[in-house]
Amino acid sequence: MTAINHHTPDAMLAAYATGNLPQPYALVVAAHISLCLDCRASYEAHLAAGGAVLETCATEAVSDGLKSSILDRLDTPYTPEPTYQRMGVYPAPVMQALKGKAIRWKSLGLGVRQSILSSDQNGSARLLFIPSGQAVPEHSHNGLELTLVLQGSFSDDTGRFGVGDLEVADQALEHTPTADPGPPCICLAATDAPLRFNTFLPRLLQPLFRI
Amino acid sequence: MIASLDTDPTRRDPVAGLQKDITQLPEPSSEITPQTTLMLAVRDHRDRAAFAALFDHFAPRLKGFIMRSGTGSAQAEEIIQDVMLTVWRKSAQFDPARAQVSAWIYQIARNRQIDIIRKERRPLPDELGEDPGAEPDASQIMAIEQEAGQLKLALARLKPDQRDIIEKAYLGELTHQEISTQTGLPLGTIKSRIRLGLERLRHELKGLR
Repeated sequence: MTAINHHTPDAMLAAYATGNLPQPYALVVAAHISLCLDCRASYEAHLAAGGAVLETCATEAVSDGLKSSILDRLDTPYTPEPTYQRMGVYPAPVMQALKGKAIRWKSLGLGVRQSILSSDQNGSARLLFIPSGQAVPEHSHNGLELTLVLQGSFSDDTGRFGVGDLEVADQALEHTPTADPGPPCICLAATDAPLRFNTFLPRLLQPLFRI
Repeated sequence: MIASLDTDPTRRDPVAGLQKDITQLPEPSSEITPQTTLMLAVRDHRDRAAFAALFDHFAPRLKGFIMRSGTGSAQAEEIIQDVMLTVWRKSAQFDPARAQVSAWIYQIARNRQIDIIRKERRPLPDELGEDPGAEPDASQIMAIEQEAGQLKLALARLKPDQRDIIEKAYLGELTHQEISTQTGLPLGTIKSRIRLGLERLRHELKGLR
């Protein structure tokens, strides 16, 4: 396991731990925590702080019948929620987003593929497959883009990103991520807005490919 | 304004101490909180009386916590019911060497609240693989209990406005941007806890990877 150099910023971890990160970002942060012990420790520290807040907050009396109604239900059969396990390079949160199904890749040309996991008014989350030496079309962002490397590595103006590394790119960054030599680079990426591409053709293709 | 939650820097770092000489740690049994003992009774013996006692402790806190975000009394109690049933059903996942009962229940409660609001499941990290041969490590449980105790103390020492910001954050009322710009948050303390948590994890995972 190589060292992870690019981590989730603490404010983002706090927002995730307190449940206030939009779903596409929450997916990427959950996947990063799955790979990164440092950020897992930070996340658990935030949960401990949340526990301390719960423990010390002002109490509110509960209804008389609540306890007995819960005690009565302890043995009631129930259907557990499905749980997902890591598969290959895909951590459990990604498998949860896929609902355990196989990934359906769509070609973006030049060997680059993507699979959209979610896309709505909260933004979008997708998997990207980038062959070695291939560049993801240059783009800039309306908001914040998170990119987590699951396999291989890519490099751009800001550095090299290997397995487990998380790139946080805001709208100021115009970058050209390129997959490094080696196995194809697979990434999990999330944005809170549709991507804007700088070259003419990809811009036309954007609505077509939902990129 | 920076609301530092930093606690007494001279206090003994339980994990650092633990790594130097495990045998010098005090006997933990006397300092494990009643909630942890109750939760272990639920987990290991399906103890209904212990569960009822946990309810007595946490239900009014959960209700206060949930209602602070503007949820009505009836819906708050529905959430409490879901949370407490999850505590019973998923008790096998409770690991006192990883999280204190309050932190574990906090997470369950936030998950439930978010699932209700978003009508979809919140993405959660992989569970850490457990070492099947590992003995429960009492000193780690102690470290967690001390950490939680220090956090509670630090919260109690805050000025009301600072405390308010922290509570808002952990109630889930601050966005990522607000947390980024809100210097009143934290997490000076949490930072020091992080290191602690990290050491704990490294200790725990040694030999697993």
